[in-house]
Amino acid sequence: MKRLQFMLTRVLQGLVAILLIATVNFMLVRAAPGDPVSVLAGEAGASDAQFVAQLRTQFGLDQPITTQLATYLGKVVTLDLGFSYRQQQPVLKLIVDRLPATLLLTGSAFVLSLLFGVTLGALSARRAGTWVDSSITVVALIFYATPLYWLALMAVLVFTVQLAWLPGFGFSTVGSGLTGLALAWDIAQHLLLPALTLALFYMAVYARMTRAAMLDVAQMDFVKTARAKGVKPGRILRAHVLRNALLPVVTLAGIQAGGMIGGAVLTETVFAWPGIGRLMFDALLQRDYSLLLGSFLVTAAMAVLFNLITDLVYTLVDPRIELT
Amino acid sequence: MSGAINPTQPVLDIVDLSISLPASADRALAVERASLAVLPGQTLCVVGESGSGKSMIANAVMGLLPRPHVAPVAGRILFEGTDLLTLTEAQMRELRGRRIGMVFQEPMTALNPVMRIGEQIGEVFDAHMTVPAAEKRRRILAALADVGLPDPELTIDSYPFRLSGGQRQRVMIACALVLEPVLLICDEPTTALDVTTQAQILKLMRELQQRRGTAVLFITHDFGVVSEIADHVVVMQTGQLVEAGSARDVLDAPQHPYTRKLIDAIPDGQARRATPTDEVVRVLQVQDLCKTYRSGNGLFKRGRSVQAAKDISFELKRGETLGLVGESGSGKSSVGRCLVGLAPFDSGRILFKGRHLSQGAAFRREAAGKIQMVFQDPYASLNPRHKVGSAIADGPIVQGVSKSEAMARALELLKLVGLGADAAQRYPHEFSGGQRQRIAIARALAMQPELLVADEPVSALDVSVQAQVLELFAQVREQFQLAMVFITHDLRVAGQMCDHIAVMQRGEVVEYGETHQVLGNPQHAYTRKLIAAVPRLTQQTQHLTMAVA
Amino acid sequence: MTKSPFWRRFTRNKGALAGIVVLAIVVVVALLGPWIATNDPWGMVQQPFLRPWTEPGFALGTDTLGRDILSGMIYGARISLLIGAVSTVVALLIGITLGAVAGYFGGLIDSALMRFTEIFQAVPSFALAIVLVAIFQPSVGSIVTAIAIVSWPPVARLVRSEFLTLRQRDFVQAALLAGQSTPRIILTQILPNAMSPIIVMASLMVATAILLESSLSFLGLGDPNQMSWGYMVGSARTVLRQAWWMALFPGLAIVLTVLALNLVGEGLSDGLNTRLDGRTK
Repeated sequence: MKRLQFMLTRVLQGLVAILLIATVNFMLVRAAPGDPVSVLAGEAGASDAQFVAQLRTQFGLDQPITTQLATYLGKVVTLDLGFSYRQQQPVLKLIVDRLPATLLLTGSAFVLSLLFGVTLGALSARRAGTWVDSSITVVALIFYATPLYWLALMAVLVFTVQLAWLPGFGFSTVGSGLTGLALAWDIAQHLLLPALTLALFYMAVYARMTRAAMLDVAQMDFVKTARAKGVKPGRILRAHVLRNALLPVVTLAGIQAGGMIGGAVLTETVFAWPGIGRLMFDALLQRDYSLLLGSFLVTAAMAVLFNLITDLVYTLVDPRIELT
Repeated sequence: MSGAINPTQPVLDIVDLSISLPASADRALAVERASLAVLPGQTLCVVGESGSGKSMIANAVMGLLPRPHVAPVAGRILFEGTDLLTLTEAQMRELRGRRIGMVFQEPMTALNPVMRIGEQIGEVFDAHMTVPAAEKRRRILAALADVGLPDPELTIDSYPFRLSGGQRQRVMIACALVLEPVLLICDEPTTALDVTTQAQILKLMRELQQRRGTAVLFITHDFGVVSEIADHVVVMQTGQLVEAGSARDVLDAPQHPYTRKLIDAIPDGQARRATPTDEVVRVLQVQDLCKTYRSGNGLFKRGRSVQAAKDISFELKRGETLGLVGESGSGKSSVGRCLVGLAPFDSGRILFKGRHLSQGAAFRREAAGKIQMVFQDPYASLNPRHKVGSAIADGPIVQGVSKSEAMARALELLKLVGLGADAAQRYPHEFSGGQRQRIAIARALAMQPELLVADEPVSALDVSVQAQVLELFAQVREQFQLAMVFITHDLRVAGQMCDHIAVMQRGEVVEYGETHQVLGNPQHAYTRKLIAAVPRLTQQTQHLTMAVA
Repeated sequence: MTKSPFWRRFTRNKGALAGIVVLAIVVVVALLGPWIATNDPWGMVQQPFLRPWTEPGFALGTDTLGRDILSGMIYGARISLLIGAVSTVVALLIGITLGAVAGYFGGLIDSALMRFTEIFQAVPSFALAIVLVAIFQPSVGSIVTAIAIVSWPPVARLVRSEFLTLRQRDFVQAALLAGQSTPRIILTQILPNAMSPIIVMASLMVATAILLESSLSFLGLGDPNQMSWGYMVGSARTVLRQAWWMALFPGLAIVLTVLALNLVGEGLSDGLNTRLDGRTK
């Protein structure tokens, strides 16, 4: 019951956050150089006078600013994110079409990065000071310093161009007509390289954090108490050290989620993965600001949702958190 | 019942043990050629101040020294005949928790915060034997009841954060004793606890020991505790054993000068008789002071409120000292902060030299720096980035004194508190705890205060250093005719330093009067409980009940 | 150089030493840029797609339009370091101010500022940077502003938590009793004690800023008048098969510079005896 109440509070806070971000969108359109209408219409739409006039009335651009804001927020709440003149479709439809692909990509990258990151970090902490630790640390440092888009390009260069092991573009093999399991396998092959690339940077982040947290926790008093009770080292590592070290990692995962969604833009661009990130890139090229801002709002909403989930997971993991 | 069959064969026999320290330490050996023996069913206390190496010995027996920096380099630790230093880690693990149990100092951090209590005790079973789940639960419940925890059924499924410090320490004792080891090692287990809780835990340990015949190695810095529970004593000074013998012998007739110094340094609780003065000026008048803490008020939740001070009233004349005595949670620190203007209060009045002071920053402004405070933690009360001289001179400079005069005053005060003038150019980290406290006193005096509030100024110091700092307080009080409010949890200290004592419990003053009255003839039940709980050397009992100094 | 405890601890970290050497090289290259680069980075001076080490004077080859890659990289160093440093300074100024005020005064001011910070942190920072630069048209100014805007929240959080802790310390209470004014306490008592974790964070922020700037340039949002490493990698995207070297070398430059900054950050953390999350060891 308490948990439900907590969830509702957080959901409410999340919705408020999204509305605030929408307000920021609104202010950006006003603040941009030039006429707000042309910003909303985008490069392609600005040349169509009829379209521009339509927008002017729809958004009430001749009315006081507070009314305009109310209109805009009202549209956002009803999920009307505008119309992309260039693509001749409502922004919402374009986004919804691409959403599953991005969720698949970021979801798998997230799982991969956490799994491998925590495992490697724990291994590094367990063997602190040995060559295992040094090599993992060095590798983590290098991936932490590597720009995502470059890593993606190098991956394509090596695995697709040179070795032809994996496909480097798209969601699935075009025009192959595969269904069912065969289709899933095809998608998986296309997914592997982008997901892995996106995951590598965050893997490094989690590995470093896990290692530091575990070394920290190992110094704490209750670990000494466990040793004084004669508890075996394996159990101490699992039930005492790791269990406590995971808490800051969960918190970090929540914070990094926003970063990963942003990183999807780069990964999708390089791998031509049909997700929201790619959509944003196209919108950039086409100067289609309605689409750009709409996608931005949706990615922000995803990040907010994500933070909510990690907060909930954190309360499940740490019994000290009071939910009311 | 386990235990040695032969009552004269020691359970633990340490012979010429030496433990090394890393190269950067101030000496080569933490412990030098220490020898001691613990007989079955008996308690041996190892007494020393911080840095004496006493905890090292305890950790060495359990094999818990932070190797490789700190390691035993010579000697033997014979446990039931086997030299523990020759055992492998796996063999030591067998012994830990099963034949030797250990209880540590800090109960608030000694338990895994995300693991239930039942599981933490259950681990001890799992580490050494296989016990069916139902049987294990029964034994855990029995262990919790044994250490006096109320409601074992509830506790077994709770998390540590629900328990108080004293309760957590009981859980630790349960973990250590659940498999009925022959030796129990206690590393300052009551130092972090309240006086009354300490008394309860010591009583519990005595009972358990008598019932099971466990040998106990007890590390402490408090001779009062020694006199309560020890059969034998060993005194350590900077790594060396300077005295050993039965408790009675060492306490009544200490041989070594260091032991004598330690015993003498304990405030004897001899009640200070207020010298009658003609002073009528009331420096401080507190009337019906109330302060409530409200926490956790959010949009969707109600907060908690704790009344830290309720209708507190007292008066202070020039040259007098009032002791505010209480345990943690009594509200004495809150009152102290209200007195100096660092915390606002909700209702009541504070009059300084007859003038009503308003709240917050205005309070401090009106007091013009004439009310000063000396804080508890010598390691947190000086800014690590400022030189000592400027730390002392800064206050007067802000009040308008010229820089050169302020520095001159600082140098003079440094000499007064017993540190040379060259201390002014050094940083706080170069000084010891006791020296930093002197610097803090100098800083307070630089403002030429008329009221000095000391908030537990000696609690964080070693016993011998405590005595010196208290002496400094007395000297300074005489010289400047200061009115002082002395906040402490230690009745012995209050007895030595204060003319009047106000005993606080949960925000209220339950007893207030002249020191010798309050200590000699306590009216309130809580005061009596506090006095009884003070671990004291046997001769002193007579002093505390004497009406005449 | 006197062997102060800081230097002793710093130099014990071999990685940090390597980092400082690499960083020094990059800085020198950036400063001497126009004098050591043999060509104008925008000048189409050779045949396109020249492979590296085939023609003297064009050690790293040329790109799609025949521009010298090595010169491009030298000029790229200038812009990356410039944007990295300036945006970090701006983010620090914003973050330290807001964090100090929130941490010192607490209460409502703290709650309000923290809500404000949280909104910024809830948004995916790269996406926000893209939107900001796109709307305000790419230029060095808009890029610096965008990076600063997405980078200040972690600083504010760090400074706030440091101030919250230090505010309660007894030496601050003593300063209050002495009658010191609020600005004086913030600047002379608290801030000097909070500097160590801020310095460590600053070095890591420069690294992140460089990554951000190059990512923006990769997407085509870089300043059109500046040749930057990200832009060079971006222009290689469609011709990867023919000219892999166009992507490899600028990317390596970024990796080395960012890695060096991270290593220096770790060295600073060792030297100043703080931990990377800001708490004192």
